[in-house]
Amino acid sequence: MSTTMRALLGATALCMASGMALAETLTIATVNNGDMIRMQGLTEDFTAKHPDIQLEWVTLEENVLRQRVTTDIATKGGQYDVMTIGTYEVPIWGKQGWLVSLNDLPAEYDVDDLLPAIRGGLTVDGNLYAAPFYGESSMVMYRTDLMEKAGLTMPEAPTWDFIKQAAIAMTDKAGEVYGICLRGKAGWGENMAFLTATANSFGAKWFDMDWKPQFDSEPWANTLNFYLDLMAQAGPPGASNNGFNENLALFQQGKCGMWIDATVAASFVTGADSTVADKVGFALAPDNGLGKRGNWLWAWSLAIPAGSQKTDAAKAFVAWATSKEYLALVAEKEGWPNVPPGTRTSLYENPEYQKVPFAKMTLDSINSADPTHPTVDEVPYVGVQFVAIPEFQGIATAVGQQFSAALAGQTSAADALAAAQALTTREMTKAGYIK
Amino acid sequence: MATKASRSAARLMISPAVILLLAWMIVPLSLTLYFSTLRYNLLMPGMEEWAGFSNYYYFLTDPAFFDALRNTLVLVGGVLAITIVGGVLLAILLDQPMWGQGVVRVLVIAPFFVMPTVSALVWKNMFMNPVSGLFASLFKTLGLQPFDFLAHAPMFSIILIVSWQWLPFATLILLTAMQSLDSEQLEAAEMDGAPPLKRFWFITLPHLARAITVVILIQTIFLLSVFAEILVTTNGGPGTATTNLTYLVYAQSLLQFDVGGGSAGGVVAIVLANIVAIFLMRMIGKNLDA
Amino acid sequence: MARAVTNRRKTIATAAAWTIGFLIFFPILWTVLTSFKSEADAIASPPKFLFFDWTLENYATVQERSNYFRHFWNSVVISVGSTLIGLAIAIPAAWAMAFVPGKRTKDVLMWMLSTKMLPPVGVLVPIYLIFRDTGLLDTRTGLVIVLTLINLPIIVWMLYTYFKEIPADILEAARMDGASLRSEILYVLTPMAVPGIASTLLLNIILAWNEAFWTLNLTAAKAAPLTAFIASYSSPEGLFYAKLSAASTMAIAPILIMGWFSQKQLVRGLTFGAVK
Repeated sequence: MSTTMRALLGATALCMASGMALAETLTIATVNNGDMIRMQGLTEDFTAKHPDIQLEWVTLEENVLRQRVTTDIATKGGQYDVMTIGTYEVPIWGKQGWLVSLNDLPAEYDVDDLLPAIRGGLTVDGNLYAAPFYGESSMVMYRTDLMEKAGLTMPEAPTWDFIKQAAIAMTDKAGEVYGICLRGKAGWGENMAFLTATANSFGAKWFDMDWKPQFDSEPWANTLNFYLDLMAQAGPPGASNNGFNENLALFQQGKCGMWIDATVAASFVTGADSTVADKVGFALAPDNGLGKRGNWLWAWSLAIPAGSQKTDAAKAFVAWATSKEYLALVAEKEGWPNVPPGTRTSLYENPEYQKVPFAKMTLDSINSADPTHPTVDEVPYVGVQFVAIPEFQGIATAVGQQFSAALAGQTSAADALAAAQALTTREMTKAGYIK
Repeated sequence: MATKASRSAARLMISPAVILLLAWMIVPLSLTLYFSTLRYNLLMPGMEEWAGFSNYYYFLTDPAFFDALRNTLVLVGGVLAITIVGGVLLAILLDQPMWGQGVVRVLVIAPFFVMPTVSALVWKNMFMNPVSGLFASLFKTLGLQPFDFLAHAPMFSIILIVSWQWLPFATLILLTAMQSLDSEQLEAAEMDGAPPLKRFWFITLPHLARAITVVILIQTIFLLSVFAEILVTTNGGPGTATTNLTYLVYAQSLLQFDVGGGSAGGVVAIVLANIVAIFLMRMIGKNLDA
Repeated sequence: MARAVTNRRKTIATAAAWTIGFLIFFPILWTVLTSFKSEADAIASPPKFLFFDWTLENYATVQERSNYFRHFWNSVVISVGSTLIGLAIAIPAAWAMAFVPGKRTKDVLMWMLSTKMLPPVGVLVPIYLIFRDTGLLDTRTGLVIVLTLINLPIIVWMLYTYFKEIPADILEAARMDGASLRSEILYVLTPMAVPGIASTLLLNIILAWNEAFWTLNLTAAKAAPLTAFIASYSSPEGLFYAKLSAASTMAIAPILIMGWFSQKQLVRGLTFGAVK
């Protein structure tokens, strides 16, 4: 019996061995967003320069990607030579010594050209642990025609009160136009990214200096009540299941008056798939006059796991994918609006790129975010729309479910906040932050 | 009847399967049991320490735990009810003389071949989406307000999706059972003037009893671990409305990377699943031995 | 008179069955139709059923973006491989249980089924560590082993229930005739068991093909099957219904076609002892 099995297994193993090539093969884990997929189409440029390196792509949806790469790096599984990770992972992983330092990239890479806010988010104790592939903040995207119809003018830096006024004025539920589309789908990277950033502008914070959760504070109640009221008056139906994608589809179909979301969305809403491409304006994320705006900071970045045997080849790839030359290559093949944004100062100094309608607003948004001082009050954590501790994903997803339930009308704002406070306290006690 | 020799031969033949499954059960199970007593977060290596039963304490006192327990039962029960009632009706229908029976059968069994992830994506985006989904269009043509399935009836929506996947399986097994029903018995009853409902109740249904138990057993095994459909459509929300036990353990293990807590949850889930299993086995045993 | 009644009944049954069949099949049909639309037509309201510009563009994009054939081939190797090995282990076990039942046979069988209830998420980390240390991560061998193990209980049980229906008298008769154990299996049992084995094989290929937890979590690039292929199309930035539909169609088409062609074989043995 076992001989049969061994024979079969052996045969399978043999099949696989014969498929092995001689050149060094890099396995790259990436997220399936537009910029990354575009890069896959341009790899010939890299392999032409490095004929001895072959690239093997593993493209996954964001949640699956995170789950795969985290399991792999934490268990030292060694499945990937280059990993796509975000500003949330870099500080945690860097501290663990799981990533290869990129301080020794060649001079022509010009590391000083990286935007300071982004670079700061990817640096731990003076070591750059990941190279930014694209960076994003969040901003207001709005329909210029609807704004005009409502008789209003969008200021460059609006307040939340103005946003509410405009959203209600633009709403025409019978005509399926909703004044504002915001994230509602539960998830730490979905509604909680938006709500945490928004809470910052309302003066709220996740934890005080003793790591005590703050959902029972007034600023959080103000944040959530404002959000729920705004969505009830001017939001689309089904908002509690809308994430980035759903809102993008709504906006592109002309059903949203305003949308506050990632700056990368700008190239989609003004792109070919959009029915409103020529009627979109941009503004900074709103504030409440407390000194913090409700915008976040994120950078999808390329990092090399510390255990990799192919560090040199991996570095060559990371340097290529995040270089100035790569930006120029995309510009040449696909046009300036499709260049991965938000990583390099030189891009924003390029007169060609300055013609792109959303270039300036993207840069201003990124520059106005400060991951090291995200809130009005002093806090013990870094990260704008997240708290860079390992427990955050799980806690924020559970809190996100509560807020999503409040948006769906299944629970009240007060109950959702109380539940959030209770569960966060529980998890923080369990994890040993609260003694 | 069986000789001693054939008995030991039989033992020899069974052993590979038993040994393999034993290994498959014991190795992960003992590791899981071990991890469940540790404070062990995958993102903080080198900090593992003995945690006693605190992981169990936290898992069992989690307010989401009882919701998850209830949701698991509702989900399994709901899908079983729909697929069995629907399956019996479909089986009776397909057992009637008709044109193109083969083609209809092909249409009906098709959903069983669809990957759970794909079916969840298709239902969520192309049918249940309140703005661009097909149901929304249907409601609008009827002059109704589009219904937001996943927000206002999340569990119902998930039950619907899962039932769609499992209805073919139930129908197939029940149909095979139907076809073995002695048609003379039914005809005789018809001659005697028994109304259709009575014929169904006293002849067809008892005949299907065994098939129904089989459907319950097999489906329960798979339904207890429904996961992809929830992850794709609702992420367990809104609130904890669609968080089942499997999803809760997933959230612990792969969102928080809390291996200790996740392992404790896994052990709890295994214990509960085995309670259900024992219960089922009793039922099946009674029904199948006859 | 009687003839007319039957005919009318047949018409009603046909109409009802076709309607229900069509409704059940509709989501798949809709996915296939959408895969031939442009992205704009895919989300058009009111929806377009047949009158749109049919295009193959989505398939071209999907093909260009991912290596479909490699994923497809991995799926084939993994599902067929694990099923064949599973059968090789399960046939003798089920045979022994059915024809030489002991006191504990039923318990063993039930215990086997209960191992299927182990929630995979709970044991991912231990398995991942074992796979790392044995070099099985991202190998088809590794996936074949795991899928064999998780489907083995179902295979054993299906075969057992099928074998049990083979009348023992025939074996007795063969034994009386002086047939050896070998020829008993080869010439008497096997022919009677083939339908059951065939449908077990088919059912398990389907289950293995659609398994989406282990296949996704234990692979990276080399051994990733179609479930991983789908994971690269779910919720990218922007809802690309048409491309998602094309990818979905490509992922389910092979198993759907196989299922349709072999449905007679699948159904014949798919009784789980439900039919006496």
